[in-house]
Amino acid sequence: MDIKSETEVSRRGVLVGGAMTAGLAAIPAAAAPVAAQQERPMTMPVTLTVNGKKQTLEVDTRTTLLDTLREHLHLTGTKKGCDHGQCGACTVIVDGKRINSCLSLAVMHQGDKITTIEGLGTPDHLHPMQAAFVKHDGYQCGYCTPGQICSAVAVLAEIKAGTPSHVTASLTDAPRATNAEMRERMSGNICRCGAYSNILDAMSEVAGTNA
Amino acid sequence: MKPFTYARATSPAEAAAAVARTPNAKFIAGGTNLLDLMKLQIETPAHLIDLQDLKLDRIEETKDGGLRIGAFVSNSDLASDARVRRDYGVLSRAIVAGASGQLRNKATTAGNLLQRTRCPYFYDTNQACNKRKPGSGCAAIGGFSRQLGIIGTSDACIATYPGDMAVAMRLLDATVETVRPDGAARAIPIADFYTLPGSTPHIETALVPGELITAVTLPKPIGGTHIYHKVRDRASYAFALVSVAAIVQRDGSGRVAVGGIAPKPWRVEAAEAVLPQGAAAVTPKLLAGAKPTHDNAFKVTLVERTLAAALIEAKG
Repeated sequence: MDIKSETEVSRRGVLVGGAMTAGLAAIPAAAAPVAAQQERPMTMPVTLTVNGKKQTLEVDTRTTLLDTLREHLHLTGTKKGCDHGQCGACTVIVDGKRINSCLSLAVMHQGDKITTIEGLGTPDHLHPMQAAFVKHDGYQCGYCTPGQICSAVAVLAEIKAGTPSHVTASLTDAPRATNAEMRERMSGNICRCGAYSNILDAMSEVAGTNA
Repeated sequence: MKPFTYARATSPAEAAAAVARTPNAKFIAGGTNLLDLMKLQIETPAHLIDLQDLKLDRIEETKDGGLRIGAFVSNSDLASDARVRRDYGVLSRAIVAGASGQLRNKATTAGNLLQRTRCPYFYDTNQACNKRKPGSGCAAIGGFSRQLGIIGTSDACIATYPGDMAVAMRLLDATVETVRPDGAARAIPIADFYTLPGSTPHIETALVPGELITAVTLPKPIGGTHIYHKVRDRASYAFALVSVAAIVQRDGSGRVAVGGIAPKPWRVEAAEAVLPQGAAAVTPKLLAGAKPTHDNAFKVTLVERTLAAALIEAKG
């Protein structure tokens, strides 16, 4: 980039910035928050164990667990889809339970044990669920896959633990890893490529081999 | 999100006092609804008080044969509890009919009760909403209102309470236990917990500022067949258009509460008196005074049909 174009960029930046400031100044005072608002970002230390490794970080209190994993620890296997808990791409396992890492703050996880897709298996030693997804082609673009796999591993554990679901026929009998049970329990993981039936095949294989 | 400070509470009374004395402070439990709203700047707290260290995560039996559910018990743990599954099946059924497995693992009992409406005009900060910004108007009235309320609404707000768990809690006559900022405890019957919008739709519950829910208690089991029948646009992971919670006894008597149609779980005890006569007899009493919009008038019919389906299911 030559000097002239850099100058143009910064000049444009100044113009845009100036226009924005003028716009903000025109907003009446009523738009200001009614109660006190923390003006400056606040940071806090937090220690997490991620995939067996203890990590101590200083994070902005606003940092989600998802952004902590991706932006601070560079574990980019966990994906950001909707960032509102609707798509499941950010699913990780915290103290044995699957959660949406986008709807949780890092500072809420002091001392917690977190397993991400990178902690389930390695390219040389795949987790059985990872191997089954490969075998059954449980993905197309792959973006939702880390969340699907973390969720799938936890779903089989939930069925084994007797957690009921919306399709469980009897609340007092142990649920089984049927196709209907797994479909219902995976409804928080969206796959826009539509690999659902292959994901179910992969899960069925792992459920069968574990049974 | 706007910047905020964060602290962990060490006792319920201290947490209540801290929220009452700190400007623009909020409790955070599971965070699944609050953080969603904070990202959209619908909620902009300056200080968060995290309740996870308060040891409110136990389910205990009460002296009179009921259950006391700690405010922090997760939705998954509550739905899975063997005593709940055996004696309060409608509660397990309602919980697993809502949200996703990931959300239920994090969402708490008290947080679920206090979840905000999913009215699209509440969520869109470019729209007028008396609940989000008191006095700004209601864009939902005359807007796209298919999912919104048909009864208990007002000229200021037609939003619904969106949850499933609270519908079962209302059916079971649960009691909400709280501690106030002055340290005094009180017990609020669930029938009195939610307030109707009237001209103040931003006030949704009987809680005073800073008042913290510590537990929800269930009276002793009443037997009967427990049903939670939810009708929604998808088979899973969607809010109810209409949901019916019912407990039906062998003689056909019982209780009914409805979700998805009002600013609170909707139960009319007088309507339950005619339950043995079927859904067609119950519905006019249950929905007396309903004011559906053009878009959601179908919910009146859907309530009757969903109740009829629930009663058939109860007969087995």
